[in-house]
Amino acid sequence: MSMAQQENHGVEPKGIRAYLTAHLREYGLLFALIAIMVFFQIVTGGTLLRPVNLNNLILQNSYIIIMALGMLIVIVSGNIDLSVGSVMGFIGALAAVMVVEMDFSMTMTIAVCVVVGGVIGAAQGYWVAYWKIPSFIVTLAGMLVFRGLSLWLLDGQSVGPFPREFQQISTGFVDDFLPGGPVIAEMLGARFFNMLAFVAGIVAALYVVWSGLRARARHKAYGIEDEPMGFFIARIGIIALALLFIMYKLATYRGLPNVMITMAVLTIIYAFITEKTTLGRRVYALGGNEKASKLSGIKTERLTFFAFVNMGVLAAIAGLVFAARLNTATPKAGFALELDVIAAVFIGGASMSGGVGKIVGAVTGAFLMGVLNNGMSLLGIGIDYQQMIKGLVLLAAVIFDVYNKQKG
Amino acid sequence: MQPSLLEMRSITKTFPGVKALDNVTLKVAEGEIHAICGENGAGKSTLMKVLSGVYPAGSYDGEIHYDGALAQFKNISDSESKGIIIIHQELALVPLLSIAENLFLGNERAHGGVINWPQTYRSTEELLKKVGLRDAPTTPVEKLGVGKQQLVEIAKALAKDVRLLILDEPTAALSESDSQALLDLMLELKAQGVTQIIISHKLNEVRRVADTVTVIRDGQTVSSFGTQDGITEDRIVRDMVGRSLENRYPARERRAGDMLLEVDNWSVFHEEHRDRQVIKNVAFNVRAGEVVGIAGLMGAGRTELAMSIFGKSWGHNITGNVKMHGKSVDTSNVSRAIAAGLAYVTEDRKELGLILDETILKNVTLSNLDEVSRTGVIDENAERTVADRYRNDLNIRTPDVFQKVGNLSGGNQQKVVLSKWLFAAPEVLILDEPTRGIDVGAKFEIYTIINELSAAGKGVVVISSELPELIGLSDRIYVMNEGAFVGELDASDASQERIMSLIVTE
Repeated sequence: MSMAQQENHGVEPKGIRAYLTAHLREYGLLFALIAIMVFFQIVTGGTLLRPVNLNNLILQNSYIIIMALGMLIVIVSGNIDLSVGSVMGFIGALAAVMVVEMDFSMTMTIAVCVVVGGVIGAAQGYWVAYWKIPSFIVTLAGMLVFRGLSLWLLDGQSVGPFPREFQQISTGFVDDFLPGGPVIAEMLGARFFNMLAFVAGIVAALYVVWSGLRARARHKAYGIEDEPMGFFIARIGIIALALLFIMYKLATYRGLPNVMITMAVLTIIYAFITEKTTLGRRVYALGGNEKASKLSGIKTERLTFFAFVNMGVLAAIAGLVFAARLNTATPKAGFALELDVIAAVFIGGASMSGGVGKIVGAVTGAFLMGVLNNGMSLLGIGIDYQQMIKGLVLLAAVIFDVYNKQKG
Repeated sequence: MQPSLLEMRSITKTFPGVKALDNVTLKVAEGEIHAICGENGAGKSTLMKVLSGVYPAGSYDGEIHYDGALAQFKNISDSESKGIIIIHQELALVPLLSIAENLFLGNERAHGGVINWPQTYRSTEELLKKVGLRDAPTTPVEKLGVGKQQLVEIAKALAKDVRLLILDEPTAALSESDSQALLDLMLELKAQGVTQIIISHKLNEVRRVADTVTVIRDGQTVSSFGTQDGITEDRIVRDMVGRSLENRYPARERRAGDMLLEVDNWSVFHEEHRDRQVIKNVAFNVRAGEVVGIAGLMGAGRTELAMSIFGKSWGHNITGNVKMHGKSVDTSNVSRAIAAGLAYVTEDRKELGLILDETILKNVTLSNLDEVSRTGVIDENAERTVADRYRNDLNIRTPDVFQKVGNLSGGNQQKVVLSKWLFAAPEVLILDEPTRGIDVGAKFEIYTIINELSAAGKGVVVISSELPELIGLSDRIYVMNEGAFVGELDASDASQERIMSLIVTE
């Protein structure tokens, strides 16, 4: 390719079609999610978006999303973590043993579990970062070790049930401290109406609109080519309306699940870290070109190390959520879950070679897989077909990425 | 005049939005060495890709006549089967395989898929003799230096019964003596009847080997002439850049001020072969406002010296003393070296200097992110202002700072690397081959930047394999050979001959 052509490369011809081609990936993911939701909504006769099922969807995917946040960072840094499923299971087992068998307090248990998660991450990250052992190998070993450790810890048995207080981590709901719920419930003829959920939905939707407008204004000021107005309105509108809709549905059920708050807060924190901070920037730089980053004064080893520590902590949180939801710890908990987490991150647009990927993408990717799972289960499709379809979706998403990159 | 082996007539190749080649004509006579000169981005590589079938027939306009017939190559193996072979700048050898295996890769001496090793080795030896390489056919290619690898590539081409050999910047990564050997080989192949096309920036080489020169600029053929016609380098340069470059180096005043950097007793051992001393008791210094050159052959240890000083980024068992302003400083890792006021601009910008998939903006601020952030949160406005400033100051030619660095030309990429290090506000910059692989115009701009830096009181160390460049730029020149400094010359009495003789006699 001649340089003249390359230099011209970044200059896209203006126009909606050109814009769409250039940003196909981002829109593609969003529209794929919407399309799949609409499809299942229709074929399940409206079950998919019923409040109960929405609540289920959130609970079912919470631990995958929590781990996908950490996995995104690990993958962006140019590594992979195959051990998260096992670590999650192990932490669940540890929590069960501590709470159920040894009567530790819940606070103590959570604290210990999170610290142990961090230590596990550190133990793996140490070899990857400072000894340059490929993360694939280190975490493959970790996957076996922690699977074994859970078996040993639980003595091959299931341990449970957890006290009610512990179950609340997953299955609890945030108290509605706002007034007016019952009045609206009466107006709607519903049994409940959770004001908090509804107000949170409005606030979230407004925030999406506000931050979208702000980003747009800033792009304008910078003179960066921006998305056509129609696209902007459609994109922001769909996201805001979807938020409103989901929160309204949840309001008519039992309100905001505790785990949704955990998930949302973590997502916002990690999105902020990856996009706005020097720490985040350095992780992308590390994954983009480790040697150049190191020669730019970035402490690449330490950064890799902490990416794994962070992953361990998030896997521990996911482990607590998972155990609380199942209300029991089993030796098989988290089996093969790492694959769902990794798939979510890649569907979300991350690159195997590092340096590329977004938190929002990973979360969307996880939801996409989650809706597929949920929808197919509602339809009574067998696990055999489910696996095949999920596999093909992953392949298609990545092929789409690579194709786009070659063309673009 | 010999009959033409190759005639490319009115070749036009467009990419979406760009005309990379516009009505280019190239006529290569049988048995000659034909040089193609042009700035980066002029369209030389595109032309060669059209010729070799990377861009298949039908994807361009115009006609290729080869060996008296209209040629319509569909892919590379199509053109190779006709004896057209390209050796690219980035060598295409498999490092872990042996010379023999590489020579016959995809072209194995085999019967029914079973390799005939005795025949392979016999043929390898013959071919190696032709290119003047005395290594054993079983030697893994990774054990060879770049110069020898280049010879293996040529031997590989000979193994395929080459008729038209195309060398794309063959000496860009070679030392002076390896380059000479390669050029000799080219002349020898010519004597054996192999027609050759050489793409090169180095005009002295072009003049040495080429019979005909074709200059391409902005996708168009500008001129084509025989080298016997008394063509001067200046004329070629003028055709390449479309303007006359009176002076290839900006005029500079000497203004050595206070002592900045002093390195004493610097010794470094090899990273892998840990008993091998690569840098031997080197001492040098740089004053404020001074440009100091380090001359030496490829493998003399210049890059190793620079990288070992800069945060111990290379080497093992590093000993010695680094002083700034007369005080010892800690340069044991890169961030400390940066804090001490040092910057190292790498010779390998793609591997070690840039994050190619990221924007100009993100590359520029990388080594000094704290400057554009508060409590760890990046201030996007400040960052943007900084990036824009360097884009203007260094004249990086792009629509905006949100372009991916990987899409820029070599010269612009080099300016991005420089911007990154200027933003780190160092007192001493070590520039390792700052003009490698960039075109004449961009070179002049880089020289000007170096001059401005020294005018601003920075100390600049320039490592370069191009002696005229070193002599044109520097106030003082250290000469390095086999890990030790073998001489120090004032630029006013430095000449290529004196530098080379210092290297050779030590």
